[in-house]
Parts: sequence; C-alpha cells; structure tokens
Amino acid sequence: MQETKKYWKGLEELNQDPEFLKHKDNEFFEELPLEKVFPENPGTLNSNRRDFLKLFGFGISAATLAACTDSPVKKAIPYLIKPQEITPGVANWYASTCGGCSTGCGVLVKTREGRPIKIEGNNLSFTGGGICSVGQATVLSLYDQARATHPFISGKKASWAQTDKEIQDKLAAIKTNGGKVHILANTINSPSTLKLIGEFLSAFPGSKLVQYDSVSYAGILEANQISFAKSVIPSYHFENAEVVVSVGADFLGTWLSPVEFSAQYAKGRKIADNGKHISRHIQIEALLSLTGSNADLRIPVKASQEELVILGLYNEVAKKTGASVLPGVEDVTPGKMLASVAAELVGKQGKALVVSGSNDASTQVIVNSINHLLGAYGSTIDLNNYSNQYKGSDKDFADLVAEMNRGEVSGLIVYNANPVYNHPISKAFAEGLKKVSLTIATNDRLDETASLVNYLTPDHHYLESWNDSEAKSGEFTLTQPTIRPIFSTRQFQESLQTWMGGSADFYSYIRNTWEVSAYKTQSQFLLFGDFWNNAVHDGMYKTTPSAMASATPSGDILAAGEAIKSVAGKSGKLEVVVYEKLGLKDGTHANNPWLQEFPDPITKVCWDNYVTLAPRYASELNIKQGQMVQLSAGGYSVTLPALLQPGQAFGTAGVALGYGRTKAGKCGDNIGQNAAGFFRKEGNTFVSTQYNAEIKGLSDMYELAQTQVHESMEGRAIVKETTLAEFVNNPGSGNPAVTLVTPDGPQKPEVLTLWDKHDHEKGYHWGMVIDLNSCTGCGACIVSCNAENNVAVVGKHEVLVRREMHWIRLDRYYAEDKNNPDNVDVVFQPMMCQHCDNAPCESVCPVLATVHSAEGLNQQVYNRCVGTRYCANNCPYKVRRFNWFQYAENDKFDYNMNNDLGRMVLNPDVTVRSRGVMEKCTLCVQRIQEGKLNAKKSGHPLEDGKIKTACQAVCPSNAIVFGDKNNPESELSKLLASKRNYQVLEEVKTLPNVSYLTKIRNRKA
Amino acid sequence: MTVVSQDKVSYFEKASVTVSRVFLPNTGGHLSNSIPSNFKHRNSPMAELFFRSSRLAFLTGLFFLLLHSGSSGVYAQPDGAALFKQNCTTCHAINQQVVGPALKDVHKRKDEAWLLKFIKNSTAVIASGDKYAVDLYNKYNKTQMPSHEFLSDDDVKAIIGYIKTESEAPAVAAAPSGATPADGGASTGIATSTLLWGVLALVLVLVLIIFLLIFITTLLINALKHKEAKEKGVLVESLGSSWNIFKNKYVMTLSAFVILIVVTNVTIDKARNVGVHQGYKPVQPIAFSHKLHAGLYQLQCQTCHTSVEKSKSANIPSVNICMNCHSYVKKESPEIQKLYKAVETGTPIEWVRIHNLPDFVYFNHSQHVKVGGVECQECHGPIQEMDVVYQYSPLTMGWCIECHRKKEIDMGKSEYYVKIHEKYKGKEEAITVEKLGGLECAKCHY
Repeated sequence: MQETKKYWKGLEELNQDPEFLKHKDNEFFEELPLEKVFPENPGTLNSNRRDFLKLFGFGISAATLAACTDSPVKKAIPYLIKPQEITPGVANWYASTCGGCSTGCGVLVKTREGRPIKIEGNNLSFTGGGICSVGQATVLSLYDQARATHPFISGKKASWAQTDKEIQDKLAAIKTNGGKVHILANTINSPSTLKLIGEFLSAFPGSKLVQYDSVSYAGILEANQISFAKSVIPSYHFENAEVVVSVGADFLGTWLSPVEFSAQYAKGRKIADNGKHISRHIQIEALLSLTGSNADLRIPVKASQEELVILGLYNEVAKKTGASVLPGVEDVTPGKMLASVAAELVGKQGKALVVSGSNDASTQVIVNSINHLLGAYGSTIDLNNYSNQYKGSDKDFADLVAEMNRGEVSGLIVYNANPVYNHPISKAFAEGLKKVSLTIATNDRLDETASLVNYLTPDHHYLESWNDSEAKSGEFTLTQPTIRPIFSTRQFQESLQTWMGGSADFYSYIRNTWEVSAYKTQSQFLLFGDFWNNAVHDGMYKTTPSAMASATPSGDILAAGEAIKSVAGKSGKLEVVVYEKLGLKDGTHANNPWLQEFPDPITKVCWDNYVTLAPRYASELNIKQGQMVQLSAGGYSVTLPALLQPGQAFGTAGVALGYGRTKAGKCGDNIGQNAAGFFRKEGNTFVSTQYNAEIKGLSDMYELAQTQVHESMEGRAIVKETTLAEFVNNPGSGNPAVTLVTPDGPQKPEVLTLWDKHDHEKGYHWGMVIDLNSCTGCGACIVSCNAENNVAVVGKHEVLVRREMHWIRLDRYYAEDKNNPDNVDVVFQPMMCQHCDNAPCESVCPVLATVHSAEGLNQQVYNRCVGTRYCANNCPYKVRRFNWFQYAENDKFDYNMNNDLGRMVLNPDVTVRSRGVMEKCTLCVQRIQEGKLNAKKSGHPLEDGKIKTACQAVCPSNAIVFGDKNNPESELSKLLASKRNYQVLEEVKTLPNVSYLTKIRNRKA
Repeated sequence: MTVVSQDKVSYFEKASVTVSRVFLPNTGGHLSNSIPSNFKHRNSPMAELFFRSSRLAFLTGLFFLLLHSGSSGVYAQPDGAALFKQNCTTCHAINQQVVGPALKDVHKRKDEAWLLKFIKNSTAVIASGDKYAVDLYNKYNKTQMPSHEFLSDDDVKAIIGYIKTESEAPAVAAAPSGATPADGGASTGIATSTLLWGVLALVLVLVLIIFLLIFITTLLINALKHKEAKEKGVLVESLGSSWNIFKNKYVMTLSAFVILIVVTNVTIDKARNVGVHQGYKPVQPIAFSHKLHAGLYQLQCQTCHTSVEKSKSANIPSVNICMNCHSYVKKESPEIQKLYKAVETGTPIEWVRIHNLPDFVYFNHSQHVKVGGVECQECHGPIQEMDVVYQYSPLTMGWCIECHRKKEIDMGKSEYYVKIHEKYKGKEEAITVEKLGGLECAKCHY
C-alpha cells in the first residue's frame, strides 16, 4: 500500500488518549450494569439473579396473556369528500419556496394524503436542485408542538375577534395621534409583502420597515454602496472561478447562499479521467469551517489578521496589476505568504474570485477593489443580477432601538423575528419594548420576543401559506400551501390586511401584484391565468437575466485601509469568533430534533455548543477537552465546555450561535449558551469577532455528545486522495490496485473466494458511486435520510453511549499538513451500508434476517430480526444500527415520534422500527420499488436516473450517483469505469455495490 | 373549487387545501386509528381443525384422502355445475335465499316445462298472469329475473339437473358465520373432527392399556417379592396403596411425555393462528352489500375503488362516490340516509377495516391489479356474493408466497419487460414472479 499520509478521526486517536485506547476495540460502547448508564435513577435498577428470573417469568406470562387478547378493531376512514387531486397512497409534489431562512431556495414538497412529509430541491431554482439540512428539517417544524395554536393577549389565550378588535382600536388611536408604527422583520424578499407593508405603513407617517439579520451582511451592502453606489449583495459565480480565495467566508456551509454556492463550487471540482483542470481554492480563516475543510490550501490566521490579510492581498495584487498600493501595510501583514496567493489570483485574471466573511464595510470595500483588479466583475461577480437574500441593516435596527427607548414609537409589529434572543443589543431592545404602547409579534411560538409583546398573532408556517419571493433579482418564486393550517393561526400578511380594514386575502393580493408586474415582463403566455398556473406549477417565473457587466469601484479605499489598520493595534492575546453551525444556524429552528441531533460536520458534536480552541493553545492554557471554561469578551461571557479543534488558529476561541434558547420548546431549550452577545459593533455594523477576550478554565468536566471516534477505521486506506499534478500524469494515482499475497503470487481480491457468486445478470444490479471530490461534507444527505426513512432521534444521552440511529454518516478524517503544523487536511466520506455482494453480515445472521437480493441489495428484514447483533459485529463498515429501545411512542424519547402531531411527518411507505431489531440503509428500496412500478405501469423500460435515493436527491453538489450496473449506458456505469473508482476495504472482498471516487486536491505535491 | 393539474407536479389553490383525516393503509404504523373494543373475531373453527389435522397428518392423511375421493366427483352433469356458476350464482344459491329464492328442490316445486319457460323468459310468464310466478315476483321485491334466452333447453335442463343433484346431496350444516368456503369445504371439516376424536380416543385407550399392564405387572412383582421375603423370613415394608404406581419412574416419564405432546400440540395450534383472521366479518356502520352492487348490478370494482390501479391503496370510496348514484337512487333507505347524515355533519364514515396487514408489510394494489392482472376475486374471494364482506384469504406470508411461486408473468405484455425477457429466452422454465425476485424479502418488507 502506497498510502503514507496519516489520518486520524480525532485528537484522541492522534494522541493515543488512554480513554480512547480503552474503548478503541469496543465498537459497541456499553456500560454495565445499567445503574451507570441511567445515573438519574440510582438504586432503582439494582438487580440480581432472582430479580432477573422473576422478571423473566413475568415477562413470559405477560407476553402469553397479551397474545391471548383479541386483535384491536381497526378503522378504515376514507375521505368524506375526496379532493380531486389526492389519490390516497400516492404522493403529490408541490413546488414552493423554502422558508427556513431568507435565502429563498426553490423546493419541492412531497405530500401524502394532504400532509407534507419531505422537502427536496427544485432543480429549476438557482440552487440547481439541492437543499440544505435546515431547509429539509423545516417540514418537521411544521409539526412542532411548541407552535402557538391561537392568538395571545399578554401571554393569555385569546380569540382572533377579540385580538383584532383591540389591535384595530389601538391602531386607530395611534393614527389619530399621529404616532409611528414600525415593522421589524428579518430580511423580507417577497415583493407582494413589501408592497403590502408599504401600504400599511403609509397610514402612519414616519413609520418604516426595519429589516435586520441575526447574522448580518450589512457590511457588504454598505461596501457596495460605497464602491458602486448600489446597496446590494451581488451574485457570485464560483463555477466561473478558477482560483477562489476566501478569507473567513464559509460559503459552502453558512455564508449567504451556501446551497447555490456548493452547486457552483462542485461544478468547478468535477473532473473526468482525461481532465486536466479543477478550480483552486485557498481558504484563510481562524476557525476550521466546512469551506476550509475543502480547501486546497488552508492558512489558519487569527480573526484580527483576516482583515489585515485582505489589505496585504490588495497590495500584492495591486503590485502585480500595476495599481496604486496602500501605504504602511507591509509592516502589519504577512506579505510573503500573500505574495504567492496574489500571484495565483493574478495568474487567473478574469477567472478569479476573492470573498470575505467579514461584516465590516471597510474590509468589504477593499475586497471589492481586489476583485475589480482581478477582473472578477462581469465573470465571477454579477452586480446586475444581484441577491436580495440578506438586506438587513444593523444601523436601522440600532436606530429603532434608540427611538424606542426615547419613547418615540407608538406601535411595533415584529414579523417573525426574535431579536430578544438573537441580537447583541437584545437588552436595550427589550427595554425599549416596554416603552412602546402597542407591541405585536407574529412569531410562530411564544418565544423570547413574543413573550414580551402585548399581542401574539401567530403566523402560518410557510408550508401553510401563500407567499412570493424574489431572492435573486429577476427570479420570482412562489410559496404555496401544502396543508390546511393545522392551528388557529393567520398569515402575517392577512393580519395586516385585517388591521387595515380590508379583506384578508393575500392569495388574491399576490395574484394581483404578479398580474401588474411579472406577467407584464413576459410574452410566452397570453392569458394571466395560464401564466399564473405555470408559475405555481414551476414554483417560479424567471425573467431573462440582464447581462453581467464589469464595474469599477469608486470608493475611498485609502480611508478603508486606514480603518482596517487601526484594528491591528486592538488585537489581543485571545480572540473570539462566533459562527453558525450547519445544523442549527442562527437558532431559529432550535426546537427541531432532527437539527439538534445533526452532528456538526467538523466537530461531530450534536446537542450542544462549546468553545473551540486550537489544541496547542489549549495545552498552553492547560485546558482539556470537555473542561468547562468561562469565556468573556466585550462585557459578555459564557460558560461552556471546551472542544479542542485541530486546524483552528492559535489564540482564537470559536462559539456557535443558535444555542441557549429559553423559549423555543422542550427540545431546544436550555441547550448550550447564547453566543449572540459576542457580536461587536464596528462602524455601522455588527461583526462576529471580539479582539480582547479572556478565558478561564473551571474545574467541572462536561461530556460532549460526539459521533467522532465511533466506528474507527483503524488506519486503513478508507479515503483515497491524490493531487491534481499526480492525477494528470496518472488518473489512477492515489488508487493503486489492491492485491493479496497468495502461494500463487499476488492476486486481486475478487479472484479469491469461498463463496458462490450471486446471479445479478438477469434484472437490475443497483449500485452507487460517491465522488469524494464533489462532496463538501454539508450533511444534507443525513437529514434527507432521516426524513425519508423515519430514522429515530435518540437524544444526547444515547449519542453519548454511541447509539445514534443515523443510517448515513459523514466520516471526517484529519490528516497532517506537512507545511503547517497548525493546519490539518480534512476529508469527508459519506458512509452508509455498502450493500456488499459478499456481505459479512449475511453469513452470520442466525435467522436469515439479513439476506441478499438478486438486484444486489443487502436486505434487512425487521420482522425476522431477533436482535443478536452478530451482523453489526461482523460489518467492516460499521453501518448497522440497533434499536436499543422503542423510540416511537416512548416518553423517554420525547421527540417528534412521541406525539401525534410529530408523527405526521413519518413516511407511510417505510416501517417504523421497533425495539430489538437491527436497521440500516436500504438504498431507499421503497424508491426503487416505486420507480420500477411506475415504469411497469407506464409500460416503458425503466430509465436511468428516474430512481434517486433520498441522499442523492438533495445533494447540493451532485456527489452521489445511483443507478443500474447492468445498464452500460447508465451514468453509474460510466463512473464505475473511472480509474478513480474504488471500493472501501476492497482487500476484505466484501464486493460492495457502493464505491467512491478518489479525492483530488489541486496541489503540486 | 378551482383545481388545476398539470404533468410534472399537481398543485391546488387555497380553497381546495384539505387536511387529511384519513390514515388509509399505511405501513408506517402508529397512524392508523386502532380502537380497542369488545368486538371479538374468532378464528374460524374450520381453519383450526384444518391445522390440527395437519399436525396429526401422519395418521390422518390416508383417511383424509379416502374421504375426499368419496365426497367429490359425483356430479352427473358437470356442464350444469359450470352453467349454474356462470349464470345463476349472482342471485341464487342452492340452500339459501340470495337475491332470488333458494333453489333447493326447485324441480319438486314446479315441473320442468314451467321452469324452462320461466328461466328463459320470466317476464313473459309473469305477464301471462301465472299465479305462482306473480306471487314469486311480488315476494322478491318485484325484482325481475333477467332473461336467459341465450341458454338452450339442454343447458337449462343441465342446470336443473345440477340443482337436483345438489338438493339430494346429504344435508350439510350451514357453515357457521365467518367460516371460509375454501379449503376443502364443510363436509371434510366435520369428518376430520370425528377422525381426530377417534384418534385421540385410540391413543387414550392405548395409554390406559399400558397403565393397566404396568399396574398389573407391579402388583405381581410386589406380590412375588413379598412372597420371597416371607419365605426368606425378611421383614419388608408394607406394599402400601396401589397408587404407588404413579411413583413409578416409567409411568411418570410416560405421563410427562404425553402431557408434553398434548400441550405442545395445542400451543402450536393456537400459536399458528395468532393474527390470522380469515373469515373475519365485522359489522359495518352501513349495511352495504357487495352482492347487490357487484353481483346483481355488476358494477365494476374500479367504479368505486377508484385508485386500485393507481395506488397501493384500493381506496374505500368517499361519500361523493356513493352520491354519484345515491343522490337519486334509493334516497329514502335508512342506510343511504346515513350517507346524507355524514355529509351534513361532516363526519367521515368509520368503516371497520377487514384486511389488516402488519405494519412491516408493504402491499401495493396497483402492482397486482394493473401490472400483474390479478382479478380482485383471487384474493378477496367471491366478493360479488357477499352481503357482508369477510376476509376470504388468510393473508399469511405463506399464502402470498404460494401465489408468487405459481404466477407466471406475461413478458410480452409490456415494453418494460423486453430487456429482462431477453435474458430468459431459450430457457424451458416458466417465468414466474419468483424468478424475478418475487420471493425476496425487500419486495414487501421495508
């Protein structure tokens, strides 16, 4: 084996931690006796042999008696009047717009018998058909028990009539007195809503709409105003960029429009066997982000340095392009490293792109200038077809809070925003709220903000509403209801219409808006009805995009440079960076158990936030993994466990947003601590860094539920990678043929066998190929799999004892970076049942509960399984999951499967597994069967690509391809022929039907 | 309600958005509305006997065969039987009243000439004022028997002959409610039960004889020992009661063995039937008769079960489907009024589910009906003859598998199979469902 690069899954493995070594060979981490596993009930579980026998006897008699009872009478209740478009048992798909955040990705909503059960991407959308984990999980938020089921007046249940009357009376009084009624919201990109709000506010002179975002991009808006006199966020085109330099922007994970960017980025990373080029990606950042994990070159720098790096980069680029340089920069920035980065950028002039994650306007002004020098405007940056995804203004919010506190605001309507939780100046806001006579919130629950207002008039979930959106200019999308409102809620817009005294009919309002706007811009449809129907069907209508054009910034970069330079002096020993995790993002969906149990792709922690520290820095401070630390900066402090994060910059602490909710619901409350207080005001904007922080190690230790060191692969060549230079020489590089030593010389593993070959010739032979070069590790596949296959949420404690149930996991391996000890190379590998043709699990099952199908699937039969777990022990990929408990209808696991509402999300085509059986990836056999049946019914052969597994269907970067190996024309067969194709653990000759393509890093060596 | 549907995805406008209150067949589990009640559906005694007999098959097999050969194949006019089934069974049965009267001994009621006339064209006979015919017509709700002019005289005679034979066949106790008409029929069931008791009695007698023999032997041995002891002058313990025989280890072993066998037999019998509800015939909220709709009026099943070719669920019709006809047919009937009431109060009708598959089984009607071309009756039995529907098939996995083993696939029917067929061409064997993986677990379990 040529593999010399050393990978490890966590620091425990690297340092050969005694605790790790103890459990290393214990795949199934079990603590016996049970008292230790359930420490909350000490003494109650003490048991001895006699008790065992008693219970055993009782169990047998109870089971016998139970079996004697009559079967329950089941009812079959048909529709009273069946809606025409519903066929019970057949899914309907509706095009809509995701309401998970303001990015506004196009989605398709799968409904069964009138209830939405799954969300997938709409491939007409700017996302190209992918969707992130949060977007998918919103379908579960629809069935959240913590949602407000009716209006509240001062926290008490009220009727709509009463609420409306009181609000209308108060509004009338304010109008008479000439008072101001402001509306506070997160970014609104719905043209109809904006129009309606304008109409509403016009009745109250001086009133305005204030938009803010919990993670603000106001700096970019301001910078573009300075540079181009356009307060917009441009559209980025990573697919056109041959060199991407990102300074602290996690564009594949959380920055702006990650699903869109992932698709673009993956386009630049796809390579055929005869290909010569992929894009080059350089990431300069403080924390190890998902984007940084994918970089070809990653340079960890402290947060304060990120801005100086931008300055330095500008000067280096300017030198090479003949532009004027900024004075006095050399002494503050690391010029040598930047010179080579700049050389690469300038070498690809016109095909280069620099992005920065900073929300500081001055920094973004310099970035604009760099991009201008690189000729990015018009090729990789599009200012004409801009993004409306984030329009929030920190200044407007701060002004509003000041105005409220001065007592100048008579009324405030909070439209689905939670500033009391997620804004750094939440205290001032809450204070100001008391001075406003009429406060209304339309939030979906009595959350931190809604519990402080006079009236809560809960809005519909977006899956219950009509709405429109223009997230990208010129791309008008529609949101349509996919279920009748579950609770007595009313859409915000219809509430406004009611309070304005009109008829509450936002649907007609949108239609009318579209009739005079979007409809006029097209010539395809003669009648508006046809145009509208087509738009509802597609979920969108796109105008012809305007041509991209280059642009010349006109702002004062000298001033911007000076502003940044002054930062260098402010930098302290320890800096704090707040960031969003891919699962919980800003915490809006904190009560969503799917997202809480979604392991962070990098740290692999679920159900918590924590303080990440570079290992070298932590050892200097003598802080250990899991030790509680108190981190304070800028007058705010949190007490959280420490997590040692390789690859993080020395002297930086990272804290994730989205935790520390107090009024989200029982699943999301009191988990971790809120990090929003760490945002720092810089100019007009709030930036996510604090430069002078202090950290104090506490004596308490805390267990973080990590899925990190589970199922260790023991240093074998599981992930194969190569560099572009080697790949161009030899497409098979990094993927040497595996041979075994035999008396007859080296042999390929498939030659040597004890087993008879399965006959897969006659029908289909399903297989899957995952391109490790495209996979960014975003984890959308995990949530998709959970939703499709009714995968249970097990909670933090069960994850701690290594019993999580996810069928697909993202293995993340670290490897040393030879050039920089502070950095690590990261590889991701989606791992699920490999559907081996020589499956080791099948040969050990004593009851034939796991057997092979003629189509190459490894089938798991729940009704046969008796739970010996031999199969899991014998699985080299460690992908089998055992139901230690009944996770549905069990108060111990009080998540979505423990209430009628939450169970509405279950996929009726997939069994809910019971206690004591093994389960694992089925390769979405229900989708395979459905695809075959549809083909049979239509009387045509099954087309390649018609069947998509759940993980494949949502993947933003199209890394997963499923298909028929027996069809030589299938996309799968073509990938299987690639020299990059390899099977994991080929040497044990399990003959998996899932295989991988080597990862290629764009490096010289 | 404006409903617009297009190809790619269907959509609807606000007015038609509806929350589903239906949890129709779902394997996802936990959603179906299970209401525990005192309603008892017993397993068919016939089925029980069938299993019991199979348990003791090594003894009964021979008799079973003899019995069968004795009771079948005695119909003198097989044509008559077929014709009767084709033309008469929709409305008539031999021993019970269906739509028309029971036909037992009909040849005794009227002469052949009259019967011929009446069967071929009853309208004419009634119109002629024949008193018997008019009375009959009035008695059966003025329902007229359709004309059978297409039958020849010989055909009708054959049918009458068949009825005659059937009428004279030994009287058979009416099948108990819920009994399946399948699996050997009632006569074999009763014979089996007699046989079973006979065998049991025989075993009992044998056991008694063995007991007696052991008892006598023990007595004799004891007496002998006593005598020997006396002769030798050794004092021995009293023999005590002859019940001591039960302390004999052979007796104990034998008893234990017998008890074990009996208990095991009973347990296995019972266990095999757990969850099998063949013949389950619950009372439904509305006395809907399939016999009337599917039998007499010959409505196609798909007329009401609209999604049987589209979906996994065949679809129990919603009230709007009933109303297609009943908005003007028999509106005043109290049963139909229940439909009106349901619409007025907005409460859907809660039918009792008859065919219950476990949650871990995926069954798809369209796969079987549309693709496989399976007739509804193959699984649901003579539904057109059922006033109250019962579970005709056992719905056990063995029953599914048996059909998958036998059913041949018509490869020429659809383009879908062209490529698959190529791989099987030139081979003698029939292409059954099994050949295409129809026995594999993940075809139904996922």
